[in-house]
Amino acid sequence: MTYDRGRCEEISIRVREHILAMSTDGGCFTGASLSCADLLVYLYTSYLNVQPDTLKDPNRDILLLSKGHDVPALYGTFAELGFIERERLANHLDCNDHIYWHPNRAVPGVEFHSGSLGHLLSVGMGMALSIRMEQRASRVVVILGDGELNEGSIWEAFQVAHALHLDNLIAIVDRNWFQANVRTEELIPLEPLDEKFRAFGWNTARVDGHDFDALHACMSSLPLGTGRPTVVIADTMRGKGVPSIQERPDRWFCNFTHDEVAQLTDELHGNAVATLVSPTLIVR
Amino acid sequence: MNRYELLLRDRCAIDPRVMVLTAENRGHMRNVPQYLGDRFVDVGIAEQTMLGMAAGLASRGRVVIVHALAAFLTLRAFEFIRDDVAIPNLPVIMVGMVPGILSDGNGPTHQAIDDVGLMRGLPNVGVFAPADEEEFVEGMAELLDNPRPCYVRYVGTPTSYYREERTTLHRGVVVCDERECCPEVALLTYGAMLPHALLAAQKLEQQGVSVRLIHMPMLAPLDEAIIVEALNDATMTVIVEDHLIRSGLYSAVCEIAVRHRIAAAIHPIGLMTWFPAGRLPQVLRVTGLDADSIASRIRTLLNNESAPERPTSDEIPA
Repeated sequence: MTYDRGRCEEISIRVREHILAMSTDGGCFTGASLSCADLLVYLYTSYLNVQPDTLKDPNRDILLLSKGHDVPALYGTFAELGFIERERLANHLDCNDHIYWHPNRAVPGVEFHSGSLGHLLSVGMGMALSIRMEQRASRVVVILGDGELNEGSIWEAFQVAHALHLDNLIAIVDRNWFQANVRTEELIPLEPLDEKFRAFGWNTARVDGHDFDALHACMSSLPLGTGRPTVVIADTMRGKGVPSIQERPDRWFCNFTHDEVAQLTDELHGNAVATLVSPTLIVR
Repeated sequence: MNRYELLLRDRCAIDPRVMVLTAENRGHMRNVPQYLGDRFVDVGIAEQTMLGMAAGLASRGRVVIVHALAAFLTLRAFEFIRDDVAIPNLPVIMVGMVPGILSDGNGPTHQAIDDVGLMRGLPNVGVFAPADEEEFVEGMAELLDNPRPCYVRYVGTPTSYYREERTTLHRGVVVCDERECCPEVALLTYGAMLPHALLAAQKLEQQGVSVRLIHMPMLAPLDEAIIVEALNDATMTVIVEDHLIRSGLYSAVCEIAVRHRIAAAIHPIGLMTWFPAGRLPQVLRVTGLDADSIASRIRTLLNNESAPERPTSDEIPA
């Protein structure tokens, strides 16, 4: 895998266009998708040993999206890298396809479905354990949400993964500091997160999740030590790249008008700021 | 080594796919870790993580047997079973320890008396309720031959309660049927209740009541044919189960009767709510699940078809 920052930047802009395009006609979790877009683009272009033609290769690396609601970022990345046809994204929320608000294994590249939070760290542990027994070099990368860390099953899994010395397991926390309509620290404070992970016995790193060079430096330095799993806290920004919805508690799940999507796409490219009129979904 | 330990040891030796996981529950297989090496994993008191891991292992082509107390397996980890095993239909065999009445002294938190209902409600998941160790071990061998998601109510009683040739896991078994046609009572049961139902059937026969006793080791998928035949043949069908009567075998039999438009007298002898904790023989008596109570209840039902049913609300005190 060759790292090329320019390529990452180009692809990440197109992935964000896809996310915005899926944020209408039923909508999607736009903000959370934008926060992990750069992460997924970096991982699939520059880190993971998996290509559209190696999806059945037992030696491929595995990525699991445990915070499944950011799947537009995953499918956008898959479309740009040839895992799926770009046109297929237009099937978003069409029952005749499998492209909806959470990942489905029927879409090439999806290794395991998700939706309910707090599941895929333990599923990833099973895969990592099997891979170790198979004596393969594959790595298992699990993307967790920061809000997802509220779930007890995550901390159960953190303890067991440490006990099993799963050093081929990497958890990456998309630390966008929001969960649904509130800031994480105002609801269930998570910090100091790195200290918590260290106390659980994991190798711990922290990185700017939107800085490709920093991501590359961080991921290239892994594993940080043998015999322990690794967690990377990627500090990100919800809604990153689209200032009108960036870090706004009320822009969590977004179902924009077509006109708003056009304006936001302009905004993504550095043009005029959008005027948003569509209602927001507030759950809290 | 007990028969189950021998099965695990031998299967792991010949089938590299098999993995054995437990959530700190290894009383019935204490001797296997030394033979299984890294194929045996004790995750500690972490049922959810165990089920997620089992799914991850199964997704790599492994066949995984997990063990935990039945109540914690089916309740604490329920969503992990549903999402990570049932939805992708992965070959994870889930063995629940001390199910139903066997929980005796633990109290209501540990009583898996809704487990059959929960598990049979899940698409893709089988439910196996053996009556004794022999049936358990043979059923596990069959599940390992054809791996699929299945919940197993563990019963390790060394006595074998019936001698007929053990058939496939999908079939119900007629354990005794003196008249062979049109008995007064068709008695359906499963798991740890079989010996008590068998004793009750013998008492009834001695008193001149003809009984066809049917053991249903597989509660999902169910052997519908044997149930339909019993409903049609018998004057009365009675279901004995150490499970809540709603959602267990009684419910399943009623569903079948309705679907086949059979107007039959169907009576439950089961649990209405959590049972008082105590030693097993007393628990059986106070819940009406010992042989004497079962036989007596059936005689009452036969003598007076219009006798008021036992209350079926949730209001019965434990």
